Amino acid sequence: MTTQALEVKNASAGAASPGIRLTEPVAKLIDTSTCIGCKACEVACQEWNDLPAETTVNLGTYQTLPQMTPHFWNLIRFIEVEMNGQLHWLMRKDQCMHCSDPGCLKACPAPGAIVQYQNGIVDFQQENCIGCGYCIAGCPFNVPKLSGQTRKIYKCTLCVDRVSVGLEPACIKACPTNCLSFGTKDALLLKAQKRVDQLKSSGFEAAGIYDPQGVGGTGVVTVLAYADRPEAYGLPANPTIPMSVVLWKQPLKWIGNLAILGGIVGAFLHYLRYGPKHVPEGEKSKQAAGGGPA
Amino acid sequence: MTTSRRDFFKVTTVGGVAASMLGFDLTQAQAEVRELKIARTTETRSTCPYCAVGCGVIIHTLGDKSANVRPAVVHIEGDPDHPINQGALCPKGATIKHNIVNDRRITRPMYRAPGSGKWEEKSWDFMIDRIARLLKDTRDSKLREANALTAVGVIGGCTDNNENNYLLVKAFRAGMGIIPMEQQARI
Amino acid sequence: MTNGWTDIQNADVILAMGGNPAENHPVGFRFVMEAKRNRGAKLVSVDPRFNRTSAVADSFTQIRAGTDIAFLAGLINYCFTHNRIQEEYVRLFTNATFIVHPQYEFKDDAGVFSGWDEATRKYDKSTWNYDIGPDGFAKVDPAMQDPRCVFQMMKHFYARYTPEMVSNICGCSVESFNRAADIITSTYPPDRVGTIMYALGWTHHSFSVQLIHAAAMLQLLLGNIGCAGGGLNALRGHSNIQGGTDCGMAYHNLPGYIAIPKQDQPDLKSFYATLLPKPLRPGVMNFTQNYDRFFVSQMKAYYGLNATNDNEFGYSWHPRLPNGAAPGTYENWSWAYIFDHMSNGMMEGLFSFGMNPVNNGPHSRKAIGALKKLKYLVVAENFETETASFWKPEIIALDEEGTSTADVRTEVFLLPASNFAEKDGSFVNSARWFAWKYKALDPPGDAKTDQEIIARIFLKVRDLYAKEGGKSPEPIRSLNWWYTNPFQPSLDEVAREINGWALGEVKDEKDPKTVVLKAGDQLGKFLDARADGTTLSGNWLYIGSYAAAGNLAQRRVNADPSGMKRFENWGYNWPANRRIMYNRCSADAKGQPWDPKRPVIRWNGEKWVGDVPDYKPDSPPEAGMGAFIMLPEGVARLFVPGQFAEGPFSEFYEPTESPVANVLHPRTSANPGVKPFKGKWDLLGKPDEFPIVATTYRLTEHFHYWTKNNAYSVQLQPEFFVEISEELAREKDLQSGDMVRITSARGSIQGKAMITKRIKPMQVAGKTVHQIGFPIHWGFLGRGKQTGGMANIVTPTIVDPNSFAPEYKGFLVKLEKV
Repeated sequence: MTTQALEVKNASAGAASPGIRLTEPVAKLIDTSTCIGCKACEVACQEWNDLPAETTVNLGTYQTLPQMTPHFWNLIRFIEVEMNGQLHWLMRKDQCMHCSDPGCLKACPAPGAIVQYQNGIVDFQQENCIGCGYCIAGCPFNVPKLSGQTRKIYKCTLCVDRVSVGLEPACIKACPTNCLSFGTKDALLLKAQKRVDQLKSSGFEAAGIYDPQGVGGTGVVTVLAYADRPEAYGLPANPTIPMSVVLWKQPLKWIGNLAILGGIVGAFLHYLRYGPKHVPEGEKSKQAAGGGPA
Repeated sequence: MTTSRRDFFKVTTVGGVAASMLGFDLTQAQAEVRELKIARTTETRSTCPYCAVGCGVIIHTLGDKSANVRPAVVHIEGDPDHPINQGALCPKGATIKHNIVNDRRITRPMYRAPGSGKWEEKSWDFMIDRIARLLKDTRDSKLREANALTAVGVIGGCTDNNENNYLLVKAFRAGMGIIPMEQQARI
Repeated sequence: MTNGWTDIQNADVILAMGGNPAENHPVGFRFVMEAKRNRGAKLVSVDPRFNRTSAVADSFTQIRAGTDIAFLAGLINYCFTHNRIQEEYVRLFTNATFIVHPQYEFKDDAGVFSGWDEATRKYDKSTWNYDIGPDGFAKVDPAMQDPRCVFQMMKHFYARYTPEMVSNICGCSVESFNRAADIITSTYPPDRVGTIMYALGWTHHSFSVQLIHAAAMLQLLLGNIGCAGGGLNALRGHSNIQGGTDCGMAYHNLPGYIAIPKQDQPDLKSFYATLLPKPLRPGVMNFTQNYDRFFVSQMKAYYGLNATNDNEFGYSWHPRLPNGAAPGTYENWSWAYIFDHMSNGMMEGLFSFGMNPVNNGPHSRKAIGALKKLKYLVVAENFETETASFWKPEIIALDEEGTSTADVRTEVFLLPASNFAEKDGSFVNSARWFAWKYKALDPPGDAKTDQEIIARIFLKVRDLYAKEGGKSPEPIRSLNWWYTNPFQPSLDEVAREINGWALGEVKDEKDPKTVVLKAGDQLGKFLDARADGTTLSGNWLYIGSYAAAGNLAQRRVNADPSGMKRFENWGYNWPANRRIMYNRCSADAKGQPWDPKRPVIRWNGEKWVGDVPDYKPDSPPEAGMGAFIMLPEGVARLFVPGQFAEGPFSEFYEPTESPVANVLHPRTSANPGVKPFKGKWDLLGKPDEFPIVATTYRLTEHFHYWTKNNAYSVQLQPEFFVEISEELAREKDLQSGDMVRITSARGSIQGKAMITKRIKPMQVAGKTVHQIGFPIHWGFLGRGKQTGGMANIVTPTIVDPNSFAPEYKGFLVKLEKV
């Protein structure tokens, strides 16, 4: 299958030069106050990305899984909580937040394994991924997941393949109640503020927008009826990139490069000892087709 | 063999690793994304068969319907023109592809003989002949006054189209005289 | 639905009760969210559980399953006591002005209406009527002051349902009731409109029809029927359950809701005597008087040229419903009765097209016991179902008589059928919108389309009759199987037949010199149909759907010129492409919209304009034709004469299995109209042994019993679970994830406990009552964990005496930790 190219703003383990095209940052808006937790976005994501179904068990909640997985990039969190003397059943769509300042990208030692396109989408390039898992440590939202099968990391791509041809992401399109929308971040912030004003006028005085600045703002704009309590929705109050990652990115970078070198030497030794890893043809082409885990 | 665009990127990124190790920063201007998987599909407009909201769906099938290709469903998405769903679908509708492409589909007529503990594959001719024989025997022996046949029932149709519902009523009630004809409405 | 999905966004208040639209109709629910976002509409959720709809509602009230009538009756009383009634609307469009029969009464303490005979437990319904004057019309008091007028009788009748009484019955607090009532009844001014969205939460009771009657009364008092953003919206569950019902897939109706001829109606004349009602008020349209045209046109569609004036268009060929044991009654062959008759050995064969009665009917064990009495079972399906495989050891084990697979003598035929994508044809959604779907691919393997399966069985039987003769072959021989490919009828041809066409020249009825239609022309409107055999139409209700302009189900114009979200050029909407039913009620006595910002139709001096009027298009408002053209009264029935089993007003009765006696009238606690089945399967539990109220429901992640074959749906809800309050969990020492057993008088099932704050215990009639709920989607076959949690193993066989819908909601169980 052929691919198409997008201009990159930032890439792991190496600075990208900015392109000349004007590309506005894109974002998702999640209005948790109109989400009914139907999970259409969960499966629309899997369907579009050709991800296999998970084997799950009922854990005493409507939530599909405790956490996202390499095959499940979009998870609605269900939380029952009593606030202001009233029962709330909070539902929030969780996925990669597409941070402006992505901790994963900062942490990643593999060149080009994580890229940030000019439009702000943070995407993993699995063929460059070495499976070290540093991005997991770098993410304040616990998003990237390592596949035990392919030893690569997977997460929401913000349907970059759709977005690059002018389509909205699959999860956005599927949403029955319009609690999800897609567009430029500026437009969505305006829209979110309108909804926040509406919520405030109907009695939700603490309504607000979640767009944490500790990670430079996110490509996911979240409207919360109780913005003073993001933890109630399973969101960190003040997410930041872990200090270890910040350090790693600056003076300690050469250690990382050494580590990669070590990795490559290790791989070479592995090759000498066990020979080449045989990947079935079909699987190879599937991986080449864009990173769907086999 | 020609070098594909993808291979080219692989080459450059591997080169990038080497360059990076040597202290150079990679200047990467572009990265590739997966091609739109519905770029070459045939679109068929349909209606979701689940609930009665009646969402419009677009079924994307492989290829251009040329004679040598058997269409296979690649993807199904909401119909954006439909005034009700406007492109959206619920979690059932969003996975409707797996209602069509599913290894649990029955694809052969299956017969269970009286007392048997297993299904046997049979031909359609066997099935239709036997069913017609049984139905006629019941009708001949049990038909009641005013052409009413109550010893045979017909249930179904609530996820089938109007036309098949009408054909059921026409053939089985107006033709054969069957009174017990029901569907999901009461239950 | 009286209105439609897209119209819901015009509402000011949405009451979601007896339904959980966010869960079961998420895409339709978007219009609730639009109304909230764009108009500041309020959503009120009333349910036994705090559910997905409640999660985004402005008000939630928890009630005990099965007490909805008491809640609605409380709302009706609230309208009267708070003067929240759109009086002019009520006077114009309802029978509030009608005087009732002099002997009609309701006995408060006994809980029965006039005509009750305690000995036979039967009603003589003759007093459930109007006071008919010497002119043959009902007497009326336009001032609605006569103590015997419906308005005053109703006010008195519902005065018993105070907020305290509602609280005592339903288990909600008085404050919670008042809060909900204040929002719901706020739509009484002419420029405010509210809608009700209900579904199986109202129909799955032993008093379901009266429940919907109560809701209709409330909407009429508030002036909400017929208006944009109003109506009473039944959210139907299956993609074409509306179309199936329209097309006669019910034992008691022919296509187009024409009552099936009865055994004691030997000729057309006797049939018409009950089919064509006399008007009850002067000047009303009484459209039902046209049913002779529709019936004859249907006979012509069935029997073609063989149906002639001389043989009464084949009337004697069509089956007639057998007489019942008592005079004036007829046999019942509705769903639950079919399985009862089957279990009594009265049936030899069953054809099931995409149905799974072992799972979806009440009391699965009774269904399994019934199926084993069949000689043959034919199942056309996409997937192997529990019904097709009821003889397999793990399923037949549920049969009470210890039957083994080898004992089951039933011959079973499992026919691989096509699914929605593998054939074309039209669906009618809940809003009565037609949509044509196109075939995307062929069925897999040897699977065949349903039209081919139906045709091949029919043609083979017809061959056998031709070869060997047999009993009464005429209807089979005479059937008009005209299709170009008789073995696989083209659905386009069938759609044309359902709409119908002229067989000869159709002349104008007022001016016989004018030819309206030539032979072969498709019928364009209802009154094109003729009772003299010159037209053919399989279902009069669909006339216009495939007219001269072609198949309108295929229209895809999504413009909305009115801005009222009617989308009148998208597909087709029965009846007559009318988007809002009873829309005459949207305008006042002068024909002008009650709310000029939300017009549906209006009188422009010459005709009604806007939506297709539910009215004679050129009848001026002052002629007072009556807004309910299908009824002989011409107005809506608050008081329903003689039609229902349990009374002309909707009274609260307890579910058949209830933890308490009816506090209004303990002597008549449950619905006196209910006739329980008497077989060995038909067991009922008592609250001392089964103290917990249970209700069943569906999940948004699954569709019925299909998606258990779909790995993606299964991952979203992998196993059967039981929702239990924290209080009950403490009592039973349960944690989320523990296995629990639910037992009713019918059987037991097991599943995971889901401990939740979303269900609370209630105080009912001075007693603490616990309530649990569980979804229906599991069985024996499918992916993931199946065995153990088939909900209908525990549901009762009690059915509503009017609709014959089972009481799946509000029955008694006990709960144990496994």
